[in-house]
Amino acid sequence: MKSNSEGLIIDGIVAYIDRDNIDTDQIIPTEYLKSIKKFGFEDYLFDGWRYEDDGKLGVKKEERIINKEFILNNEPFNKSKILLSRDNFGCGSSREHAVWALRDFGIKAVIASSFGDIFYNNCFKNSVLPIKLEKNYIEMMFNETKDDLLEISIDIQKKEINLKQKIIKFEVDDFLIDRIIYGLDDVDVTLKEKNKIMNFEKERIKNKPWIFAND
Amino acid sequence: MKTLYDKLWEEHHVTQLDSGESLLYIDRHYLHEVTSPQAFEGLSKKNLKPWRLEANIATPDHNVPTTRGNNFNSDQIKDEISKIQVVELDKNCNIFGIKQFDIKSTKQGIVHVIGPELGYTLPGMTIVCGDSHTSTHGALGCLAMGIGTSEVEHVLATQCLKVSKLKNMIVKFEGTPADNVTSKDIVLYLIGLIGTAGGTGYAIEFAGSYIEGISIESRMTICNMAIEAGAKVGLIAPDKTTVDYVREKSFLDSETLKKAEEYWLNLKTDDDANFEKEIVIDIAKIKPQVTWGTSPEMVVNFDDKIPTPSDSAEDDNKNIELAREYMGIDTASKLSDLVFDKVFIGSCTNSRIEDLRQAAEIVKGKFVADNISEAIVVPGSGLVKEQAENEGLDKVFEEAGFIWRDPGCSMCLGMNPDQLKPYERCASTSNRNFEGRQGYLGRTHLMSPLMAAYTAINGTVGEPS
Ligand code: SF4
Repeated sequence: MKSNSEGLIIDGIVAYIDRDNIDTDQIIPTEYLKSIKKFGFEDYLFDGWRYEDDGKLGVKKEERIINKEFILNNEPFNKSKILLSRDNFGCGSSREHAVWALRDFGIKAVIASSFGDIFYNNCFKNSVLPIKLEKNYIEMMFNETKDDLLEISIDIQKKEINLKQKIIKFEVDDFLIDRIIYGLDDVDVTLKEKNKIMNFEKERIKNKPWIFAND
Repeated sequence: MKTLYDKLWEEHHVTQLDSGESLLYIDRHYLHEVTSPQAFEGLSKKNLKPWRLEANIATPDHNVPTTRGNNFNSDQIKDEISKIQVVELDKNCNIFGIKQFDIKSTKQGIVHVIGPELGYTLPGMTIVCGDSHTSTHGALGCLAMGIGTSEVEHVLATQCLKVSKLKNMIVKFEGTPADNVTSKDIVLYLIGLIGTAGGTGYAIEFAGSYIEGISIESRMTICNMAIEAGAKVGLIAPDKTTVDYVREKSFLDSETLKKAEEYWLNLKTDDDANFEKEIVIDIAKIKPQVTWGTSPEMVVNFDDKIPTPSDSAEDDNKNIELAREYMGIDTASKLSDLVFDKVFIGSCTNSRIEDLRQAAEIVKGKFVADNISEAIVVPGSGLVKEQAENEGLDKVFEEAGFIWRDPGCSMCLGMNPDQLKPYERCASTSNRNFEGRQGYLGRTHLMSPLMAAYTAINGTVGEPS
C-alpha cells in the first residue's frame, strides 16, 4: 500500500467537458494506438479538441497548433487531477490507451453520470477512479463551474466527495477501491488460484473436447 | 429459469475470488497488433508463458494497407509506425509460438471475420479479444466480449478473465422486414431507440422470428453493434442455421462434431427465464437507417428530417448542435441534401460475402456518381475476397468504378492509409461515426451495404433501387 495518506485523497480544481457520449476515439484518436508502449500518451489526450492541426505519434505538444479555447490547455485546468463530464463517458472502443492518456496527463478521477463498461473496467487497472454520480449532482457541479473555479476533494476510502463542505457519497465496489489504493497486479492474484484453473480445465477437456481440438 | 447468458456464465465459472469477482475460463482468445504489444511485454517481464497456447489466434488487421497485392511482407508497410506494430505481432507470435494468420496469409483478415469462418469460433465458447467488437462472435451463441490490454495479458497468463456478472436484457425482433431493410438497419434502429448507453451493464440476447430467419452473417452484424448500444455482450442462441454454418467451416472430426451439435442445439434460454429488461420491436415498420451525427444513436430513417436543436429535449440540444456543426449539416434538412465524397464498404460489421453480394446487386451495370471521388470495397478476409472473386463480384464492382481492395479494417478507422481527408463526407458500412474516426475531421454516415452501394451510384442517400 502507498503509505502516504495522499494516495487516499484526490483534490483540486475540477476540469470539465460538458458533453454526453465522449467516446474513446475522442479521448485518444486512433493514430496514437500505433504506440507499442504503455506510457507517454499525455500530449495526445483529447487530441482532436486540444489542437487545431492533425497530430502524429511522436510529435510533441510544443510542435502543434494549440486550440486556446480548449479547457485542458488553460491554467489552472492543465494541472487538474479531476475531470467532470456527463453521460456515457468512455463509450466505444476497448482501447486501454484512453485510460493511459488520462493517467499520463495526470487525471486521477473522472466524474460522470455513466461510463462505457469496458472503459470503466480499464480505469481500475491503471489507478484512475471513475465516479458515477446521479445526474442532478452532475448538473449541480457544472453549475458550480460557471462563475468560479470548482475545487473539490475526493476521499477514496470513504467514497465521498467534499464540495464546499457538502458531502456527496458515491458507490464503487470495495474490491475496485482496493485496486486503486493498493495497485494490485491481477495476474499475480489470479495465479494464486492456479490449481482451481487446472482442475477446471481438465474437466472441460473431458466434457467438451471440441473446444480443445486443433486444426 | 436461466438465460443463455446465465448458462454460459455458469459453465465457465472457475471460482469466485475474495473480491467478489469471478474467474471465467476463456475458451478462445483472438489477438491483433494494436492491443497486444503491451500485453506481451507484461508477460515477458513476469517471465510467463501463455497458459494454453492453442487457445490463441492472431492476425494483423487495423494497420495493414489494403493495396498490398501478392507477396507483401510486414516490412513493406510504408508508415514506419504502423510497420512497427505489425512486425511486433510477427515477433511476439514467433517468440511465444502463437498461431498467426500473418499479412502474407491468404486467410488473414479482420479478426472478427476470420474467427468464425475458419472454424475457431464455436457455439458455447467464451471468447475474448482486445477489441470491443468481439461481441460479434455472440452471433454463434458464444459469450464473447471485448477487453482492455491489461486483460489481454491476464488472459494470456491465466486463461481466465476476472469479471462481474452482467444483467440480462432480451431484444425480440418480430416480423418481416420491408424491402431494402437489412440487419444493419435493424440494429441501427435499435441503437436509435435505446441510445448508446441503453445496453450498458447488460448482456443483450437477440431473439424473435426475424432473428430465427436470418443468416449467421446477418446475425453477426447485429451482435457486432451490441457494443454501440453500450452492451459488452450480444448473443443469439444456436439453432439449425448456426450448426449448419459451423459444420461447413469446421475442422473437427465428424464424431466430435456430432456430439457437439447435440449440445449446441440445447443451448438456449429457458422458457421462464427472467430478463431485467425486455424490448420487443415490430420490424415491419423499420425503414433503411442512416446516421446523421457523431454517435451511432444519432440515426434517422433515410428520408426523415435531420434533427435540429429546437425539436428535441433541452438536455440534448447541445449534443445535436455540436454534431450538426461537426458534420457540416448547415442548412440541409434531409440526408438526401448532403453531397457525399467517399464510399466505404467493409469493416467487421459488413464485409462478409452476403454484404458484398447485396452491394454488388445494386451497382451492377451502373456507375459511381461524379461527386464520389473514391468508392472502395474491402472484403473482410482473404477467404471472403477469394469467394467474391470466384463469384465475379470484384468485376461487378470494378466495372461500376469501385476499387477492389485487400482485406483489413481499412477505412473503418484512421490507422492505415485508407482515411478521409478533413471535411470529406463518407457513406460507410462500418460501426462508428465518432469525430475523427475515419480520419481527422472526416464525416461518417453509417448505413447498410445496400444503402452505401446506392449512395455511390446516386451521389447521395435515397431509396435503393
Ligand atoms: S473493422 Fe473497425 S470495428 Fe472492426 S475490428 Fe477493425 S477497426 Fe475495429
